Parts: sequence; C-alpha cells; structure tokens
Amino acid sequence: MIPGQKQLSNLEELLEGIWKQNPVFVMVLGMCPVLAVSVSAVNALSMGLATLFVLLGSTLLVSLLRNVVPREVRIATYILIIATFVTVVDYLIQAISLAVYDALGAFIQLIVVNCVILGRAEAHASKNPPGRALLNALGMGVGFAIGLFAIGAVREILGAGKLFGFALFGPDFQPWVIMVLPPGGFFVLGAWLLLFNWLNSRKAAPVKPVEGHAHV
Amino acid sequence: MTARIELRTSPHVVKGTSVEHIMFNVVLALLPIAAFSVWQYGLSALALIVTTTLTCLASERLFNRLSGQQSTLSDWSATITGLLLALTLPPAFPLWMGAIAGFMAIALGKALFGGIGFNVMNPALVGRAFVQAAFPVAITTWVPAFAPRRFTEFVPTTFTAPLMTPPDISAWALNAKPAALDGFTGATPLARWKFDNVLATPHDFLSGAVTASAGETSAILILVCGAYLAIRKFMDWRIPVAILGSAALTALLFQLIDPARYPDPLFVLLSGGMILGAMFMASDMATSPVTPKGVWIYGALIGVVTVMIRYFGGLTEGVMYAILLGNALAPLIDQVTQPKVFGEVKRARVKEKQT
Repeated sequence: MIPGQKQLSNLEELLEGIWKQNPVFVMVLGMCPVLAVSVSAVNALSMGLATLFVLLGSTLLVSLLRNVVPREVRIATYILIIATFVTVVDYLIQAISLAVYDALGAFIQLIVVNCVILGRAEAHASKNPPGRALLNALGMGVGFAIGLFAIGAVREILGAGKLFGFALFGPDFQPWVIMVLPPGGFFVLGAWLLLFNWLNSRKAAPVKPVEGHAHV
Repeated sequence: MTARIELRTSPHVVKGTSVEHIMFNVVLALLPIAAFSVWQYGLSALALIVTTTLTCLASERLFNRLSGQQSTLSDWSATITGLLLALTLPPAFPLWMGAIAGFMAIALGKALFGGIGFNVMNPALVGRAFVQAAFPVAITTWVPAFAPRRFTEFVPTTFTAPLMTPPDISAWALNAKPAALDGFTGATPLARWKFDNVLATPHDFLSGAVTASAGETSAILILVCGAYLAIRKFMDWRIPVAILGSAALTALLFQLIDPARYPDPLFVLLSGGMILGAMFMASDMATSPVTPKGVWIYGALIGVVTVMIRYFGGLTEGVMYAILLGNALAPLIDQVTQPKVFGEVKRARVKEKQT
C-alpha cells in the first residue's frame, strides 16, 4: 500500500484494470502484441488469455516473494518468473492448437517483455499481498483481453466479414483489405481510443460548455 | 457596447481575397473538368461526383458539430475535396465505397488535424489512399469512355449494395463499348505499358479514348482550368511547372538510357493522373511549402518520385503516393529553405566542449 493513497475496495481493485486503468484503451501499454495479432477475434482472444495466464501466475509469485527478493535484482527476478510462465503458456498453446500457435508466432515468447505484466509486477504485485495483487492482475488481464478482442473483432468483421470464423454478411461481402494490414490495426486502435477519451471527457464535464464567441 | 478600437501589427494593407473567395474559384475551375467527366462517362460519373461531394459536406458538418466549431461548409473546401476525390476515382466505382472514401477524406485527412488549414496532407488523396488500400480490385476496375448508352443506364457496379462485392463487369463493358473500338481490355494506358509494353498515342489521350479515373483524361481542359487559377494567383504556378518539368526530365533521362524500354516524356505527362495531380492536388495551399525555393524542391520531388513509382514500383500509377509524400515533407522543406534575413551572416558554430 502506497502511503497517502486511498485504499480501494476489492471490487474497485478488480474493476481498476477493466475500465479505469484499462491497459489497452487508457494506459496504451503492450501495443506490440495488440497491433500485431489482432487480425482476427480468435487470435486476439487467445493472445489475451495467454497474457492473462502469465499475468496471474507471475503476479502471485512476485507478490509472495516480495519481501525476499533484494531490490537490486528485482527486475531480473521478475523477468525470470515471467519467462517461466511464458514457457508454460508457449507449450500449452502449441498443444491445444497449432494453428493459433502459428498465427501468434513470436508474440507468445514476447509476452516476457510485455510492459503490462512487467509494470504490474513492479508497480503493484511487489507492494501488495497476494490476494489483492491477484485481484488487480485479474482485472488488468481481463481488461487487456477485452481490449484485444474489441480491436480484433472490428478488424475481422470489416477485414473478412466474419466473427470467430462465421460469415456475417454472406458470400458477397467485400473485404476491406486495409483492415487486415498493419494500418488497419492503427485505425481501429485510434477509433477505440477516440471513443474512450470521448466517453471519459463527457463524464468529466457533464455540463455542456458554453459555446465561446470570438473576440476579434 | 462601446466601439472597439482595432489594434494590430503589420501588415496593414489587406487584400480582398479570402479563403471563401479562393476556394470558390477552385470549385469554378473544377466544374468544367467534372462536366467533361460526366459527358465522357455518363450517369455513373455524375452519381459518383454527387455522392462523394455530399458525403464530404456531411462529414465536415458532423465533425464541426462534434468539435464545437462553427460550420465551415460555406468556405467551399469540403466541396473541393469531394469533387477532386470523385475525379480521381474510376467512374464505375461503387457509390458506397465512394461514400467511405469521402468520409475518410474529411475524417482522417482533415478533421483529425483540426480542420481547414491544419491538414498535413491533401484530404482528397488521403480518402483515395484509404479506399485504394481497402478495395484494391474495385479501384482498378475501369469502363470504356463514350459508351453509347452512358446517359440512359448506370454501370452495374455503381449501385452495389453497401458492404457487398461489386459484380464483374468485363462482359458488360465489352457490350457497352463504343462500336468503333475493336475490344476492351479494361486496363489503363499505364498498365498496358507496364505489363504489355503497348504505348498509347498522344491522339488517344487527347480524344479521351483511354480508360482512366473520372477526371483524368481531359489534359487540355485541366491545363486551361489550372492556368485560370495560376493567372488569378490562386495557385502557385511553380508547383505544376516543377512537377511536370521534373517528371518530363526524369522520363527523358530514362529514355536516353534505354529507348526500347522506357516511354517518351509526353506519354508520362499525359497518362494517369499526372496533370490533374500537379494542377489541383499538389498545389493545395495548406499542404505545400511557402518559400519559392521550397516550392521548386517540392515539385521536383513529386515529379521524380512519380516516375520512379511508375517505372520501378509494383503499382502502375504513383502520382497519389508521390504527392502524399511531398505533402508530408512540405514542413521540412519550408524549414530548410527559409530565406536569409537582410544583413544576416552565417553564425559560426560553437563546438561544445566534451565533458
């Protein structure tokens, strides 16, 4: 617990990552996998779940070891812990679905350096007891998965006319090729960020600002 | 209310030109080209022009409202974007794709940057670039010019249902082509040169009997309309001169190296969107450099890059990307071509001591 900060209730701690501090839409962290694997909803969701698993596992270990690990080598220790879980998830995905494994490619291994996970370990798990740390990690991981899925779903719907592989518009659908290309990832991410910022700014200023008239 | 005394710094001599005035004249200059396009391609071209223009105006209004700005519809800039966009699209382009291009032109090309005057790139070309990347097949589907029934029927692709793939029109095009033509390949002169090594003659271009985007074929008309703008000083004449000149010189150089492989400069100038782009796209005031020297560099760069893309790139036409690249570099060009202030001496560079 950081002194001076208001103690969050358990529910608030969980919701922190899903909405208020959403890693994709608010903190804009971990953009490398978000942009790269969000071509389809399945890929995006698998990546989100893999990250969630690694996040939960590493958070638990980091939180349990928080009083044992010397300050000077803490980052190296976190990386080691995270890498352990990434190796597990790497083999797991390979065993469950080789197609998804090939689609995600190097981005599974790159979860090791995902800034959402490292950031959680450094900023939260290393300062909180396991229960709270897990709650926070669950929220963050789910928030990350939701963000990935939101982008992946839009890209798959526009880029292929499908969602989870099911055709939505019939065989005559005209795919938007740009949506499965890298620029499409940026466009969709930008559009979601726009929406979230707009919602937040509306919440922050519920009174409609008086239209200013120019003094020329 | 007390009378306000207006205090301001120089310049005190104000010319009567305003944004509305200039933009309205650009619209006037574009109208003959649009009219020629309708005469050439008929109802489908008309529907496309109306669609993109209305979408641009509606998007502009929407973004004005969302950002709490006053309406900028009356400054004609959105109208220009819509007109120009339609002129760079194939006449058979499905209307729903045209509407997306119009929306993207205003949204990505203009509103994101803060509206008129703040855009980095030409909005119409941003819209076109988006649909070129999104719908690569539809944007390279061409129809014959001067089809006999062009004023009584639409091209089948025009009214494609939104989100659906436009139908294949190669059979329709063979049926609809003017009787004087033996066949219809559906390829632009640039594509025919690149893939079949067949050169269109200047006569083909001047008579408009080539496949092209809606407003690209009338070279003489575009030159006349552009000259009107240049003479009335609504456009920097150096830009088209630099673009066309550098493109012609580059083409000439390549032709001297290998006459069998590379076409003559006249073909390079007349084909594709070269003249339209040089006259109306690259010369956009907000997206081109302001220093005279910078304008020459900017134009020369666009001309050379266009020819390079056409000769060595995967695409047949490179004007759009060349202009977008030039737009992106314009602020940089302005920065390095600042004129010397009178009496200015080069400051000796002081080397910082390594600590």
